[in-house]
Amino acid sequence: MDMKRHYYEDVQLFSSSVVVFWFALLILFLALFPFLFKNYYVYLANFMAINVIVAVGLNLLVGYTGQVSLGHAGFFAIGAYGTITLMSQLQLPFLLALPAAALVAALFGFLLGLPALRLEGPYLAIATLGFGLTITKVIGRIELFGGRQGLHAPELVIGPWHLNTDRDFYYLAVTLTVLLTLAARNLIKTKVGRAFIAIRDADIAAESMGVHLTYYKTLAFAVSAFYTGLAGGLFAFVLRFIEPEVFTLMMSIMFLAMVVVGGLGSLFGSIVGACLLSWLDLQLRNILDIPYLGDWLDTLSKTWFSITGVSNIQFIVFGLIMILIMLFEPLGLFGFWIRTKKYWKTWPF
Amino acid sequence: MLDFIQMVVSGIAVGSSYALMGLAMVIIYKTSEVLNFAQGEMALISTFFTYLLLETHGVPFYLAFPGTLAFAAFLGAFLEFAVLRRAKEPTVLGMIIITLGLEMILMGLVSWKFGADPKTLPFPISAYSSVRIGNVFVSSLEVLTLVVALTVMIILFLFLRFSKLGVAMKATQQNNTVARLMGIRTKRILMFTWAISSVVGCLAGLLIAPTIMQPYMMWDPMLKGFASAVMGGMTSLPGAVFGAYILGIVENLFGGYVSIEFKSVVAFVIIVLVLCVKPSGLFARHYVKKV
Repeated sequence: MDMKRHYYEDVQLFSSSVVVFWFALLILFLALFPFLFKNYYVYLANFMAINVIVAVGLNLLVGYTGQVSLGHAGFFAIGAYGTITLMSQLQLPFLLALPAAALVAALFGFLLGLPALRLEGPYLAIATLGFGLTITKVIGRIELFGGRQGLHAPELVIGPWHLNTDRDFYYLAVTLTVLLTLAARNLIKTKVGRAFIAIRDADIAAESMGVHLTYYKTLAFAVSAFYTGLAGGLFAFVLRFIEPEVFTLMMSIMFLAMVVVGGLGSLFGSIVGACLLSWLDLQLRNILDIPYLGDWLDTLSKTWFSITGVSNIQFIVFGLIMILIMLFEPLGLFGFWIRTKKYWKTWPF
Repeated sequence: MLDFIQMVVSGIAVGSSYALMGLAMVIIYKTSEVLNFAQGEMALISTFFTYLLLETHGVPFYLAFPGTLAFAAFLGAFLEFAVLRRAKEPTVLGMIIITLGLEMILMGLVSWKFGADPKTLPFPISAYSSVRIGNVFVSSLEVLTLVVALTVMIILFLFLRFSKLGVAMKATQQNNTVARLMGIRTKRILMFTWAISSVVGCLAGLLIAPTIMQPYMMWDPMLKGFASAVMGGMTSLPGAVFGAYILGIVENLFGGYVSIEFKSVVAFVIIVLVLCVKPSGLFARHYVKKV
């Protein structure tokens, strides 16, 4: 169905003019979004945009290079704290502080990538997990970063614009998200991306074909950390107040869940997965307000469980989604989409 | 000097609970190569089951305790049967995601039922009475933990070495296909493995519960147990125990001499350093993949 006639088709960003059309439509929709929906949905969209950046970055590492990471909340924290500190201590403008902080995160990613060269499976999992826990602990100790009390984000000024509301921030976040996603897609289509995929499929074979393992594995960690750091910097301005307790192990697990639910090795999947899980995350925080279901859960909690712990239902829902996806569609939502597409393509026959 | 001995002794006591969690994880990883992140929460739910029996239903302790162990065994076997066995073409990452999902569900259930506020488990041995050995004080709970950990290790060793089921578990681990050809029902063996591991974890949970009992109580012991298992090589039972004691002692000494603040993360720094030198842990033979 997707026959390629020329080598160039393998590397081009959009595979056909139909895709370009849909992409333009999506951009138009995103541009008009704040005018069409209420404030709450704009806030939700900001939240989603940030998670999409993280999921895309993490997918480059987990889905394309095949390295598991349970410590991305650490990079996220570095990005968030780095951006705020650079802006308030060194008076750097936002557009300089954000990439600078992300580069610091990338440096840490590179450093974490060095021991990861020799590790795999559970060993890599514990190393990255330990990294994430250590980073937040260390940040919570340093006075410059506000210690346990946390930090307030300064006012966000870009050139002549003061971005004070969620609507203003929306355009910044979504522009960055679109650009970074396109950059990731471009990266995958080039030599670097092919090297990543080769490492995932068979690292020894890749090495014997001339892929420099040290270079590309650490690069994958650095790029992934860069994306996550950038998202962290944006996240600091969505929350407007950050403290070490925000960046927990649970956050790293959620990032991993987004990538896996969306589908490993698929940018489209990462976007959908991140949007779905961030929507659920915000929606399930006040689960009792959902019509019908809320009342039923209320009586259920009163008879069998406790009403104080009702917010913990969101963990049950997330856990169920993760398990069900893994059991029935290991390729995630992307796999589901592929199957649906295949089914309807030849439908009446 | 006395401080030093005191710290080492409490390090050993803490290490014992890590050792139990580490053993539980190693048992599962050894037989099925599944990294069980739900281990801590399986122990958590068993511990809260005891709490329910003792506190709400007034069951005497000598009945509640075996009841809990039976429940833990059933829970482990059930999770393996209902969830893990259903996975299609499992990959390492896929299994990690499944166990993380289980972990979230179990923790969600416990905190939904009991809320986040701390509880006290009516345990026959108090965490606050202590025994004096020479000039060193050890709480009687710590002594009990140490004794239980050592007993479990010896029983596990004997079980894996001499019992029919233990040998079958070893066979399943070494080569699943051949084990099946030899007439071993490997799926059932896996179910038993999960049951045993769940019981070992449950013991750790019960021994931790008198000092702290709330839905997050098993996070730290589970991660530390995992860390010590990795340090020992993830497939070696004595390695996990040894790693756990090293971590427990180093952690306590670090807390005493360097900084109490970073005590809880020093274990992970050690792990990363050890893995840099020996990528497969201290006690496992480095596995070289053939192409």
